[in-house]
Amino acid sequence: MDWWISFFSAAVVAGTPLLFATLGGIFNERAGHMNLGVEGMMIMGAVVGFSVALATSNAVAAMLTAAIAGALGALIYAVLTVTLRANQVVTGLTLTIFGTGFANFLGQSIVGQSTPAAIKAFFSNISIPVLSQIPVLGPVFFQKDIFIYFGYVLVILSGLYLYKTQIGLNLRAIGENPSAADAASVPVTLYKYVHLLWGGALCGLGGAYLSLVYVQSWQTSITAGMGWIAVALVIFSTWNPYKVFLSAYLFGGLSILGFRLQSAGIHISQHLLDMAPYLVTILVLVVLSMDERKSAGPKSLGIPYFREER
Amino acid sequence: MDQVAYISMKNIVKTFGKVVASNHVNFSVHKGEIHALLGENGAGKSTLMNMLSGIYLPDGGSIFIEGKEVHFSAPKDSIAAGIGMVHQHFKLIDVMTAEENVILGKKGLFFRKGESRKIDALAKQFELDVDLHKKVSDMSVGEKQNLEILKVLYQGARILILDEPTAVLTPQETRKLFAIMRKMKAEGCAVIFISHKMNEVMEITDKITVLRKGETIQTLNTAETTPKQLTDLMVGRAVDLTIERLEQPAGPELVQVQGLTVLKREGTPALQNVSFAMRGGEILSVAGIAGSGQKELCEALAGLQKVKEGKILFQGEDLVGQSPKEIRRRGISMSFVPEDRLGMGLVGGMDMVHNLLLKQYQDQKGFFLNKKPAVEKAAEIKEKLEIATPGISKYPVKNLSGGNIQKILLGRELDSDPEVLITAYPVRGLDINTCHKIYDLLNEEKKKGVAVLFIAEDLDVLLALSDRILVLANGEVTGIVDARTATKEQIGLMMMGQKATELEGTAVVENC
Ligand SMILES: Nc1ncnc2c1ncn2[C@@H]1O[C@H](COP(=O)(O)OP(=O)(O)OP(=O)(O)O)[C@@H](O)[C@H]1O
Ligand SMILES: [Mg+2]
Repeated sequence: MDWWISFFSAAVVAGTPLLFATLGGIFNERAGHMNLGVEGMMIMGAVVGFSVALATSNAVAAMLTAAIAGALGALIYAVLTVTLRANQVVTGLTLTIFGTGFANFLGQSIVGQSTPAAIKAFFSNISIPVLSQIPVLGPVFFQKDIFIYFGYVLVILSGLYLYKTQIGLNLRAIGENPSAADAASVPVTLYKYVHLLWGGALCGLGGAYLSLVYVQSWQTSITAGMGWIAVALVIFSTWNPYKVFLSAYLFGGLSILGFRLQSAGIHISQHLLDMAPYLVTILVLVVLSMDERKSAGPKSLGIPYFREER
Repeated sequence: MDQVAYISMKNIVKTFGKVVASNHVNFSVHKGEIHALLGENGAGKSTLMNMLSGIYLPDGGSIFIEGKEVHFSAPKDSIAAGIGMVHQHFKLIDVMTAEENVILGKKGLFFRKGESRKIDALAKQFELDVDLHKKVSDMSVGEKQNLEILKVLYQGARILILDEPTAVLTPQETRKLFAIMRKMKAEGCAVIFISHKMNEVMEITDKITVLRKGETIQTLNTAETTPKQLTDLMVGRAVDLTIERLEQPAGPELVQVQGLTVLKREGTPALQNVSFAMRGGEILSVAGIAGSGQKELCEALAGLQKVKEGKILFQGEDLVGQSPKEIRRRGISMSFVPEDRLGMGLVGGMDMVHNLLLKQYQDQKGFFLNKKPAVEKAAEIKEKLEIATPGISKYPVKNLSGGNIQKILLGRELDSDPEVLITAYPVRGLDINTCHKIYDLLNEEKKKGVAVLFIAEDLDVLLALSDRILVLANGEVTGIVDARTATKEQIGLMMMGQKATELEGTAVVENC
């Protein structure tokens, strides 16, 4: 039992970068944009957040700048795909390559350094009164750091925003049929910019969680493909923010499974276990695509919009 | 009229690349007026209205509302000025409910309470049948049309633009729409109505403006003109509007359909025990209220629909269970113009030649495509159907006007030298000159000895053009009558489900 609790608890931690990045991806795709630059925006957030943490020892400043870094990455993408209507897939891939290079460059001088004590203290676990006393759920969800709690709040707010507000409705309409939204006087370009930048900011935060809290030091390629899993998790969550809870923590669990099994004395090839999240991703995508309606996603995803075009 | 026009458009110019869609167009509408915009396919009607609704930016000219010049840089400006447009291709979000579509684009962070009641009241006031909680994807075209109107009324439109609203409506739905238009007129609104159906235009409008090749030709009072004059103005020369039935003895029976039963997806019957025969050199029409099984009948004949029971004999051989490709190879060709016209048959981003190749390549040998025959065919079809396109190659068909897209679809089907031709709603959205071209083409096929199955909505045309008329009601054949002696009333009754044998004075050609 204890093994399970500690496993689930660790899964929530490992899933948190995915949670932020997947939410970010959902906002991107709801605006009709396939952004394959998630990995790039994450790592930009990771390196900028970590650098600022080193320089200032201020956790809030680190998170804020990480979000801004992600958003700036997204801004490049937005200018290219919204305004210049460049191919989204190519632009996204380029953003990932750019982001990785940017992070390697900026991270050269800080490799191996670890987070200042003030930051560690800020992100230490806090038990929430009452809730943390619930058996199983308490230790798994409510004895966590503040960044994780922030994630919970964001997921719920995102869901409310998307499904319960007028802006969310307008945004969903853009992803489905931008020309219909436009004709109903939704400012399509503005919406696209705002939500692409916001998505980028979330990806940047996801990266920052890795460097600031999870690893607590800087390593090159710190994101290690998490951005790609997040792209798949957007589909796995069927573009629904609430379902990100499930998908992020499930895949968080998968990503630490190998390590956990080994420490429990079960020996399976590390390489096989490393493949697990990706294999499950493929499997999930196959299963989802069997039900056409579920896997459909926003209808105009990936198609550039220009008002005067038919 | 000495009062200032509600809207007036002066010297409007709009070009798309080399195509001049509007060439110094002048157009004005007054309050309390229903004004028709007439013109051939590609004349620039939709383009002009899209400039009024802020979708397209004019290259030149000015727009005035009640005498004051306005500049629309986005649809929201036009909506704010009280203009509401129901587009030729609906602008609705399929996965959302009617209510969500109506409130789309509103300002403010949260949904306002009590909005449903307001929308409901508005729907009641205009007698619009809309179920606010129904998803658009589950709606019929008529319901979608109503929803579009409700949407623009909710946005506060005082100037209503309807771009070919009746192209896919049933006569009953059209009547309802007309009632709404009259109501708006009575409230001092202006309605701009685009339609290719002359009888509708004559019935409902006060004024008519004719466009030809992007230019305003004339504005007339409806009461002082005739369909003949209008058509001549549209085309630019005198055109013959009589529909002729080619009288010739019918040939041998080519197709026998026996006891055909087809189920819908939900398992209820779409066709029940349908039997009839098609003869070479004859046009057999199918009449029926929309959704009485016409689509399923076509698809069953073309091998696209699973058949529950029954036989389709072609020259004695059963076609049930054969692949569509095999059926096509035997000389049975089908063209179905769906309600959503772009949805089926053509690839929007490809040019005309490549769209023809899509079907032609199947008959080609070898690994590489031979484009030459398709290029020739494209030129021929363009000529024959007078397709308005800047080029048959390198110009994506989606840029063409709605009617011209359809002509390509049809031209391609007619071209394959079929023995049996099945064509459903071929004239949907076509201008009347082209409609007559299509009728002539059908007659030509008939003359060649082809068995033609013609599914259409306009009873006058069915009666004038075909040899026999098969009437479907709820998936059952209520009778097959001689088009020379049948009347509109009889067919109307049969469409409602009365058996021909129970009607007095009906010449039943064939029992089933
Ligand atoms: N967005 C566009 N891009 C390129 N060409 C266009 C565009 N919109 C219209 N056109 C061209 O402008 C011309 C007029 O088209 P329009 O759609 O206004 O015709 P229409 O009168 O509405 O015809 P229909 O009765 O077939 O709907 C056509 O030649 C069409 O190809
Ligand atoms: Mg049009």
